[in-house]
Amino acid sequence: MPDPIRIRALLKGDITDVHVLMPHPMETGLRQDDAGQFVAAHFITEVQIQVAGRVVLKATLGRGVSADPLLHFRLRGVAAGERISVAWVDTRGERRSDESAIQAA
Amino acid sequence: MCAWSAVHSESVPPSRREALQWLGAVLLGCSLGTRVQAQAATGDEAAFLAGTLSQVLQILGATPAADGTHLTLSVPGFVENGAIVPVEVTSHLPGPQSIYIIAESNPFPLVAQVSIPDGTEPYLATRIKVAQSCNLYAVVNAGGRTYTAVAATKVSIGGCGA
Repeated sequence: MPDPIRIRALLKGDITDVHVLMPHPMETGLRQDDAGQFVAAHFITEVQIQVAGRVVLKATLGRGVSADPLLHFRLRGVAAGERISVAWVDTRGERRSDESAIQAA
Repeated sequence: MCAWSAVHSESVPPSRREALQWLGAVLLGCSLGTRVQAQAATGDEAAFLAGTLSQVLQILGATPAADGTHLTLSVPGFVENGAIVPVEVTSHLPGPQSIYIIAESNPFPLVAQVSIPDGTEPYLATRIKVAQSCNLYAVVNAGGRTYTAVAATKVSIGGCGA
């Protein structure tokens, strides 16, 4: 089971600043190990982020996103205390989702 | 330092090995790219499998020329480690729908795409791998049009080994 997604959502004025960090190796499939063997591709492909059940961001990631992908984005029209949930699926069909509450700064 | 010059230098064999490994990875990436693409994919899916910048831009309906000041792409001018290159896209264009991040030198240049629903600001910051010093592109679909921003970054250790 992959490590939990780290979510920080801070409401300042009208804007909620959201940082999402998803622990994942993000193997490109092009990297060779010490024995010269290619390491199989294994990366997150889809990320969906919802606030109170409404989709606020959908991301499609390629193999070029750094290990432990970080997404930083900004929302309007959400309130402190609302639940923000993040779900991803990777090339092996593994899934992980976690949620947090939006904090007032 | 240029990896290619090291190929001709007898004094730094590790650099030569790195250069050859990098070349191998790029060639493999290119062959994988064309093979997978032959299985026919559409739209964004095809763009993620495209092996060159021009193919990606063609699929997205974008041009490599930057237009206007309403779209900015911020990247560090110099990074030591190509495995972690911070990028930040900010758009002030009306009607934003999606943001694409592209690294020209990567075996698969399209790195990420996000869809922007109403209520989400047209802003995205993330970290990407960059194979070698090159131009990075941000493409934004807004109000039925496609806009491009360009920024160059220099990488001292490519992100291929990560």
